[in-house]
Amino acid sequence: MLEVRGLHVHYGGIAAVKGVDLEVASGELVCLIGANGAGKTTTLGAIAALVSPSAGEITLGGERTAGLASFQLVRRGLALVPEGRGVFGRLNVRENLEMGAYHRSDREIGHDLEKVFALMPRLQERCYQTGGTLSGGEQQMLAIGRALMSRPKLLLLDEPSMGLAPLMVQKVFETIQAVARDGVTILLVEQNARLALELAGRGYVMEGGCITLAGQSAALLADSRVREAYLGE
Amino acid sequence: MADWLDKVKRNPSARWIGVALIAAALATLPIVAGEVGGRGWVRIVDFALLYVMLALGLNIVVGFAGLLDLGYIAFYAVGAYTYALLASPHFGLHLPIWLVLPLGAGMAGVFGLLLGAPTLKLRGDYLAIVTLGFGEIIRIFLNNLNAPVNITNGPQGVNRIDPISFGGFMLAKPLDVLGFSVPSVHLYYYLFLMLALLVIVVSLRLENSRIGRAWVAIREDEVAAKAMGINTRNIKLLAFAMGASFGGISGGLFAGFQGFVSPESFILMESIVVLCMVVLGGMGHIPGVILGAVLLAAMPEVFRNTIVPVQRQLFGKIVFDPEVVRMLLYGFALVLVMLFRPSGIWPSTTRKRELAS
Repeated sequence: MLEVRGLHVHYGGIAAVKGVDLEVASGELVCLIGANGAGKTTTLGAIAALVSPSAGEITLGGERTAGLASFQLVRRGLALVPEGRGVFGRLNVRENLEMGAYHRSDREIGHDLEKVFALMPRLQERCYQTGGTLSGGEQQMLAIGRALMSRPKLLLLDEPSMGLAPLMVQKVFETIQAVARDGVTILLVEQNARLALELAGRGYVMEGGCITLAGQSAALLADSRVREAYLGE
Repeated sequence: MADWLDKVKRNPSARWIGVALIAAALATLPIVAGEVGGRGWVRIVDFALLYVMLALGLNIVVGFAGLLDLGYIAFYAVGAYTYALLASPHFGLHLPIWLVLPLGAGMAGVFGLLLGAPTLKLRGDYLAIVTLGFGEIIRIFLNNLNAPVNITNGPQGVNRIDPISFGGFMLAKPLDVLGFSVPSVHLYYYLFLMLALLVIVVSLRLENSRIGRAWVAIREDEVAAKAMGINTRNIKLLAFAMGASFGGISGGLFAGFQGFVSPESFILMESIVVLCMVVLGGMGHIPGVILGAVLLAAMPEVFRNTIVPVQRQLFGKIVFDPEVVRMLLYGFALVLVMLFRPSGIWPSTTRKRELAS
């Protein structure tokens, strides 16, 4: 589904991502963990064409994405839930969700709306409340629901646990699991390494702009370096 | 106030009566204003309508798309000069209005793109500074494009511009209807009203369209808007071009109405006045913006026409000239509105809710 080879991204003279290789197969849930400033968000940004890479190659569903703009990638089945959620504060929940289907013109948008509401009943209760007035957890749910409205094949999630109470994190992760079970391929970026690895089948560990470790989640959870650096043991 | 408005809106017959009342009021406004205060007042109403179009154009850029534009009057200038150069003895061209007005709108749209393209990545204060500079560049060009080749006639401006006419029907001459003579300012009023209504309808349609929602998404969060599959580059450029073309229409009408244009009419202060109309009325809310434009366009004239004669009556001379403190009054009004109604005099319901919570 997704293949990243030798990705480099520079902000001015500063290298944020220095040669990242990763791949996500169709139907997989893969996580990318690492500390603040490791380059995780930048990697996602490059995949979604929000930042332009200085070198490397990204392939989405067999097609090289170089030269494609972010809105063209959305049409090819890529959805990003941005860091900090990016909920449209002055639009209500329903309008936010409808924005997710912006590029679609088929008749099943209403049906998909029902599906999102079934997955996140809380959003239906708050249907006509503006996005800005929701709690952090509800906003995260809304951001995920909005991304689902585009009928993604590949969903990129950027730190869905950020700034949420533990109970809410649990709920958000359950939702992500449900989405994955529904057949959506997911690349999850997280700082909360334990939760991410418990949810994902495979994981990558990123440090200083490079992938330092990769493997099955169970193996990573057992790895002494991961335990020491990310699980606080 | 909003409650009974909602009630009226929901009841279809009350709604039609409301529309009919507004239509009747708008149709008779110049007659009433002319009877009460003389032709000067009708002229004030004409200018208020031009400002309504300007404010609605700027509202697309600032209110909908959230792109702060401090040089908006440049598009008014482009529209006005397009009309002036193509329909005056200056070049000896006398193209008809149905050609010049759309051309003016189109030219303004092109200039909107010219401003939009290099500023796509700018936001907030940075964008404000660049647009401010752009507005000044246009004005300075108009001021200096009289040498080596005389295009704009420099600071003297272009005069003897053709008055607006349709075929043989001249708006500059009074029209005889069933023995009544309808003065020229009244005729202009009806034309401006028609175009202002057109601009209002286009604005309303845009607001509820796919494009309108994309603008709002960009205003709220540009990264998220991109992630939604919105072509933010084109949609932003469209906001600049659409907003500018409204300004261009208004500018063309201004040139035909005045019969004279000069760079002096397009100073930075004018951009700020139009921005004040949008902000005071209620950014992003069309009825609010219209109200803001009418209030700010009419206020100074109303002062001029009331305070001055009152002083003459009381003291026998003018002690205090409101024109001198016009900007002070604007500033004062702005401070008061921002203190007591921070989202504008007539904001949209969502904006009000958000600021209340």
